[in-house]
Amino acid sequence: MVKDWQLVVGLEVHAQLLTRSKIFCGCPTTFGAEPNTHVCPICLAMPGVLPALNRQVVEFAVRTGLALGCAIQEKSVFARKNYFYPDLPKGYQVSQYELPICLGGGVDFTLDGAERRVRLTRIHMEEDAGKSLHGVAADGSSGVDLNRAGVPLLEIVSEPDIRSVDEAVEYLKALRTVLMYLGVNDGNLEEGSFRCDANVSVMPVGSTVLGTRCELKNMNSFRFLRQAIEYEVRRQVEILEGGGKVVQETRLFDPQRGETRSMRSKEEAHDYRYFPEPDLPPVRVPASWIEEVRRRLPELPRARAARYQRELGLSAYDAAVLTAELGTAELFDAAVSARAGGAEAAKRIANLINGEVARIANEVVVAPAAGKLTPAALAGVARLAEAGTIGGPGVRQVIEQLFRDGGDPDAVVAARGLAQVSDGSAVEAAVDAVIAASPGEVERYRAGNQKLLGFLVGQVMKAMKGKGNPVVVNAVLKRKLEEGGA
Amino acid sequence: MALSTEEVRRIAALARLRLSPEEETRLAGELSAILDYVRQLEELDVSGVEPMTHALAAGETPFREDAVLPGLSPEEALANAPARAGTCFQVPRIIE
Repeated sequence: MVKDWQLVVGLEVHAQLLTRSKIFCGCPTTFGAEPNTHVCPICLAMPGVLPALNRQVVEFAVRTGLALGCAIQEKSVFARKNYFYPDLPKGYQVSQYELPICLGGGVDFTLDGAERRVRLTRIHMEEDAGKSLHGVAADGSSGVDLNRAGVPLLEIVSEPDIRSVDEAVEYLKALRTVLMYLGVNDGNLEEGSFRCDANVSVMPVGSTVLGTRCELKNMNSFRFLRQAIEYEVRRQVEILEGGGKVVQETRLFDPQRGETRSMRSKEEAHDYRYFPEPDLPPVRVPASWIEEVRRRLPELPRARAARYQRELGLSAYDAAVLTAELGTAELFDAAVSARAGGAEAAKRIANLINGEVARIANEVVVAPAAGKLTPAALAGVARLAEAGTIGGPGVRQVIEQLFRDGGDPDAVVAARGLAQVSDGSAVEAAVDAVIAASPGEVERYRAGNQKLLGFLVGQVMKAMKGKGNPVVVNAVLKRKLEEGGA
Repeated sequence: MALSTEEVRRIAALARLRLSPEEETRLAGELSAILDYVRQLEELDVSGVEPMTHALAAGETPFREDAVLPGLSPEEALANAPARAGTCFQVPRIIE
């Protein structure tokens, strides 16, 4: 039974750094170019070349380490990780081993209302390998594209502190958000610029001795991470309950089948014979540089969410949703300052973003801030809603058009005739007509059947083609019904 | 200390070398001699001495600024490739 077993997970994240050029040469890092167009003698591993370390890579590593509470090492050392693979031109990957740039630290997040912290073991800098393309020729041979070879990565290694699938996903989301706020990574799982390997083991509930772990690879979405871990737990529990032993190995997640399978090619590769990279001197990061990077750290997601709760009175939930993507938080801040209102205006803008904007963004599968809706336009919609000029359906239609096509909310409301009728005499005329046309209902209402108010409101709204301001309609109708009954 | 031919075979496999039985025996001897020679260093007491990773490692780390520089065209990059497919290096099928 799975419930007799405790899941233990540690995650290794590979985050591609948003530098312009590669870690050891001047080739560009942009994704999606024609194969082997971003290459030079250095990243192709031509004989006699020497690497030159990109300063920005070190700065990004320091920035990330500081944001995650790591101890930044004033001296760290690159090492060669030796193995053969067609996409690894030098026959070794330049990485860091015994002396990484960051030690310790942790990632904080909220899970089911409780504060959680997953500790980090280390963060180190390394170069990415190239990419293998399968089936490029009729005979089934593979192609190698070295555009990605030498692109800088941070490897962020957690302690095996994670105890559930939900915790694994929330940890990863929180880490991704921090990296995006820091501007060091674009958080794109599908394109592989934010990759995750999971070390998964199980132990009997109550035990403190970790079981044998397997390393899972190739989960390029949060959903796949969840599926892969869930599958792996069942697999390991089945083996152990059948009296077998889990073999330590690397397993590849197959998204089509939703299962993990052994990567035999990696079985012998675990002797990497690391040694210090002789071509690169130790990396020295003076304390003055660390302090300078610390001073320039941006406001981080959790601090921002806390500020929204403290200063704008938003709920923890709204604050968390708004801060999950930097762009969304920036849209919110800019709209709030454009509206220049207090907590009430902020709450209204938060509801618009987390409601209508999120809905349309979700429909076209982009982030809420990726549409053509500007902060000023959003502030304008909030103003129109607050003044009662547009009601719920109007808000929805205006937001949808502004998100898709941009523009000015007042102009959209005018052009599409979305304004509600709040004018007393127009509403009164409609109310009078409905009262006159429904004598039976009116009589029963006046006799005490309060439920009929809803019906009568509906009739008025229908008469006004849905444009009546519901607040005004309600008030006028109630007044007229009570007047007439006296 | 003598290295076994078993260990020699493992090291050869990691280095993608194919050795004849004679070479394995000869290299077991040669590698053992090299290890014994280096092992003389164990006579020194280095407790409290920071491990040295580089001979020339004083002063500041030289950095390159993050700027894109011109590289090679795919034609130049693939000039030495034994086989190519489009602008990719062509290699035997990689099975996973």
